[in-house]
Amino acid sequence: MGGYALFVWPAYGATVLVLSLAVVLPLRRHRQLTRELELIAMQRNRSQIT
Amino acid sequence: MTPPQSDLPTGNRPRSIWSRRFHQLGSPPFFYNLVGKLLPWVGALCALCFAAGLYGGLVLAPTDYQQGESYRIIYIHVPAAWMSMFVYLILAISGGIGLIWRMKLAQAVARASAPIGAAYTFLALLTGSLWGKPMWGTWWIWDARLTSELVLLFLYLGYMALQSAIDDRRTAARAGAVLALVGVVNLPIIHFSVEWWSTLHQGPTVTKFDTPSIATSMLIPLLLMAIAFQLHYLVALFARVRTEILDSERRSAWVTKMLAPS
Repeated sequence: MGGYALFVWPAYGATVLVLSLAVVLPLRRHRQLTRELELIAMQRNRSQIT
Repeated sequence: MTPPQSDLPTGNRPRSIWSRRFHQLGSPPFFYNLVGKLLPWVGALCALCFAAGLYGGLVLAPTDYQQGESYRIIYIHVPAAWMSMFVYLILAISGGIGLIWRMKLAQAVARASAPIGAAYTFLALLTGSLWGKPMWGTWWIWDARLTSELVLLFLYLGYMALQSAIDDRRTAARAGAVLALVGVVNLPIIHFSVEWWSTLHQGPTVTKFDTPSIATSMLIPLLLMAIAFQLHYLVALFARVRTEILDSERRSAWVTKMLAPS
């Protein structure tokens, strides 16, 4: 990188990290929430049967 | 010839297909499913654009005659800075739609956009700092361009703080929309700051009425990266807005039916 590696690569590294987190974190949160709501709905179904 | 007449009272006229499509798009379950189906495709296209843009920018594009290799930061700095302003515009527009028509979906889009926009603004500032040090000899300077971009970051953070401070979603959306609309004033300031005030920051290279003052072999990867960032915004927005919808609609019949069909 012609003597600029110390500036160019951290810039690219930070970008990759931030952009990945911006997608991965909400996807994980969505999965958690789905599981949580599934559990609640299943419990409600069961209590209606018994 | 007499024009075709309708027996239906005006209120019951069948709506045009476009009007129906628009109303369908505004319904949370329809939007939730549509976005879920689109997500992997947009994601794949985004990855492809990133791969092409990075290859073009880091491998194919020549070294700059003035800035050497350090100029390669442009391929992330400029798209991030463009997106920081574009997402703010979306935040203000969707906030405004939510404010005027009380459209829940627009409010969800605004709420989901803020952290993504804040991420782009943070990246624009960080990569700019890493570019400024070797070129200007300083990480930071309180000039118009840098300061107005920092104000943009604070606008995003203020919006997010407001959202988490107000429990009632509708009140939070209304207060946030007002803040976002007032902050729009900052966008032209950011864009024209390099022309209105003397600054270390260089003037526009691409977004001006002249032909862009950048070689084609450098411009094409930049445009590819700009498209990749746009698609990244869509992917991040889709992922976030789905969670928003699910959370705010958790008690509605369609969510229960979808998650636990009995």
